Amino acid sequence: MRLYGVLLHLLPASFRAEYGAEMERIFARRLRDASGLAARLAVCAAEVPGVVAAAARVHGDILRADSRYTLRALRRSPGFAAAAIGIAAVGVGAVTAAFSITDHVLIRPLPFPDSDRLVHVWADPGRTGNSRAEPSLPNYQDWKRASDSFEAMAAYHPFAANLVGGNEPQRLQGIGVDADLLPLLGARPLLGRVFSAADTARGAPGTLLLSEGVWKVRFGADPSVVGRKVLLDERPFTVIGVMPHGFQFPSRDTEIWAPMQLSEDDAKDRTNAYFVVVARLKRGVSIERARSEMRVIGERLERAYPKENEKLGVSVFRLRDELSPQSRLLLVALLAAAVGVLLIACTNLANLLLARALSRRRELAVRTAMGAGRERLIRQLLTESLILAACGGVLGIALAVGVVPLIARLVPTALPIAEVPGVDLRMLGFASLLTAVTGIGFGVVPALRACSGANTDGLRDGERAGSDRRTERLRSGLVVVEVTASVALLIASGLLLRAVWRLQSVDPGFRADSVVTLRTALPLPRYEPTAERVRFYRRVLSDVREMPGVRGAAYISYLPMLMRGGIWGVTLEGRPEEPGGGNTASLRFVTPGFFETLRIPIRLGRDVAETDTHDAPFVAVVSDSFVRRNFPGENPLGRRFTFGFHDRTVVGVVGDIKVRGLEVSSEPQVYLSYQQADDGEIIGYVPKDLVVRTSGPPGRAVPAIRDIVRRVDAQIPLSDIRPLSEIVRAETAPRRVQAWVLVAFAGIAVLLAGAGIHGLLALTVSSRLREIGVRMAMGACPRDILRMVLRQAAVLAGAGVALGVLVAYAAGRAMQALLAGVSPGDAATFAAAVALSVATALLGSLLPALRAVRVDPMTVMRAE
Amino acid sequence: MNDDTPRVEALLPLPPATLHILMALAEEDRHGYAILQDVERRTHGEVRLSAATLYRSIQRMLEQGLLVETRERPAPEEDDERRRYYRITPFGKAVARAETRRLTELVRLARASGFVPRSA
Repeated sequence: MRLYGVLLHLLPASFRAEYGAEMERIFARRLRDASGLAARLAVCAAEVPGVVAAAARVHGDILRADSRYTLRALRRSPGFAAAAIGIAAVGVGAVTAAFSITDHVLIRPLPFPDSDRLVHVWADPGRTGNSRAEPSLPNYQDWKRASDSFEAMAAYHPFAANLVGGNEPQRLQGIGVDADLLPLLGARPLLGRVFSAADTARGAPGTLLLSEGVWKVRFGADPSVVGRKVLLDERPFTVIGVMPHGFQFPSRDTEIWAPMQLSEDDAKDRTNAYFVVVARLKRGVSIERARSEMRVIGERLERAYPKENEKLGVSVFRLRDELSPQSRLLLVALLAAAVGVLLIACTNLANLLLARALSRRRELAVRTAMGAGRERLIRQLLTESLILAACGGVLGIALAVGVVPLIARLVPTALPIAEVPGVDLRMLGFASLLTAVTGIGFGVVPALRACSGANTDGLRDGERAGSDRRTERLRSGLVVVEVTASVALLIASGLLLRAVWRLQSVDPGFRADSVVTLRTALPLPRYEPTAERVRFYRRVLSDVREMPGVRGAAYISYLPMLMRGGIWGVTLEGRPEEPGGGNTASLRFVTPGFFETLRIPIRLGRDVAETDTHDAPFVAVVSDSFVRRNFPGENPLGRRFTFGFHDRTVVGVVGDIKVRGLEVSSEPQVYLSYQQADDGEIIGYVPKDLVVRTSGPPGRAVPAIRDIVRRVDAQIPLSDIRPLSEIVRAETAPRRVQAWVLVAFAGIAVLLAGAGIHGLLALTVSSRLREIGVRMAMGACPRDILRMVLRQAAVLAGAGVALGVLVAYAAGRAMQALLAGVSPGDAATFAAAVALSVATALLGSLLPALRAVRVDPMTVMRAE
Repeated sequence: MNDDTPRVEALLPLPPATLHILMALAEEDRHGYAILQDVERRTHGEVRLSAATLYRSIQRMLEQGLLVETRERPAPEEDDERRRYYRITPFGKAVARAETRRLTELVRLARASGFVPRSA
């Protein structure tokens, strides 16, 4: 019986009030009439589902009626409807877009089976516990043999090769893998098979797996591609399979997979370290256990090979966590900003609904008088806010879907995930939840407020209904929240923008404008002899330099900012080697004219010259910081040091460049003559990047350069064609995207806050018309009235700005790592943001203020 | 009555519970429990409406104008102050008639198609 009473609460209160008592009576009577337990149970079995079904139907009826009513009401005030839906759409859209990127990069598991058990195993020089360096093959093989925490361990190394066959030779990015890698990842081919142990054995015929993209573009998605022979760097390979769409390992630019090509050196040399090691933890083994096991193994290897493995630890990280803290912070800041926008949108929505509810008090009062209960009215208002939120939500999702590809630059390339997160149930579910929370959370307060006392006051005096003190305080509070959030967003985006500007104005040490860069990778082993390469470079460069409009051209091993490594140890003549390999410099081979082409100043001595041949003494051009570190206060010219397997003599000093990028410090630089390497020596560093300075737009020279390269060697593809300025700009691209997204958010926030102030003041003025009229009749001049209205605006804006500044300072400190040295309390940014907010507040209060000033006392008094 | 035809048609077909309630009220005004008892008696216990179904139906029927709550109470000795009595409206009668006509026509068609019950 009591249960039935509780069950009745499923029904709407109005229905319960009307019929509940009779239903309970009937139920009791039926129970009484039933004889025996079975009959009583039968009564329950009939009545209980009846209540549930009836409840669902009654609620459905009310929802339908309320929806019809809402749609009619909204059609009558399209301006309000459009504003509310637009605001909700902006809020939901911003957060959904930010969430879908953040979820994609930070939360969602990687697209491999049981991906939480996948880890990287790195060498850890200096045993810091968090450095990641590539191990050598022998070290990797010892790890694999000795460890017990992993189900499997596999290695790969990146490579690039020229694919020849068809019309244009093409440069492809790939990795060389051992046979265990793809099974370890759980990867299955779309076509054909993956590598077997026989494929990866030394001396086995070349085999190759293609990415789906290469298969489609290069081979026209031909299913008979399996078994086809192709030439990679002039060696024959057989295509054995195609990997499926979405398999992108280790990163999304990987196009081919081939077995590792190992040399005798690789197997023996513990310092020849360029392998990346992936492992799968055994089920139930924690990463901590794997770390402590690997620590012990590292110590054992150091004892066995004290020279090569000196201070070399082992570090283990989940694949998921291979993300720079900066990438993470960029995304978290973005999400926080989006939540700020949503908060502002919601408060604005609440204020809008509140204002509307107040203006409808008379209508609500009439409905109350006609017998609608308070609960029904609240429900009606909630339905209205939910419908508005739902329309906004749908629009917001569309907005997010459109915006996400634009901010995809924030997805780091280092993860094996797609560039743009897809639209899926997860994203839609999130957006729906957000919409529901928006609709309920910010509809409920206005609804409660509007309905309190709707029964009496509303009918008596509709005009003054808006002046309810508590409601006004609530609305003022909401406006203050809006201003606070908008100021905080303004300042945060301002700080980030300043950081971007500061980075963009960092001098990279070279002039990037009007320089085009191209890569011509020379196929090995044909170009292993140094003399072969010298011939190639000379012919290409002399022809390119002849071209009209070309101001300079040269070759270098790797362009700055693209290849950040290439760091070698420096040994000075007559000085002991520094322990721990601390004295290092970046190694690049260049042709004469490199410094001139990039406008890198030569401070002392000379450039490398054509006369610096293999037979001549080996020379080096070093950077300022190299001199500061190694020859402080001395004349560096003529000094000698050992670098890259040979003794070198300093013949010139040039300015430093930002090899590692704009935001980090770089090692000193050493440039060697392109002719001064033994055949096949340091073969990874042979010059491949052609830089050409032109007088016109740099892109225009490309077709002619392509012809020149083809004439010299038709087998060599031209790849990575882009202006040098773009490489420098790419340094700051994710930050620029993020900063501009934040600026857009801040702009929206400021507009919404301005609109919020405007709405509040407009209502206040209209509800105080009589008071204003009386004041003016009593002799107050327009200035006094103006002051009265503006004072209210100033109080709201002042409170909001003060709070916003505090929030912004805290936010700035939290994201200090992103600020590139800009202080989180940067005065100029704060001043500009505060000025902008105050100006917006003033602008928002302008119309209401003017209306107040124009009040005609006679008209107002007569209306009384 | 002609004016009402579209309104009547809009309500057809009636949910079975609604028609049962209309039948129960055809002869006299009744309160809720009496309606349930009448439906049960008339159908020889085959149809037993739950209290919830009854009152949800009544709520809708009041809104649709098929019923009204009546202020006339029966003789005091039979009356229970707490009970509400319902009366069928002329519109309710029209709807019940229209539904009966519809069902009759349906049965006629079914019989013409050879669906004759074995034992009436």
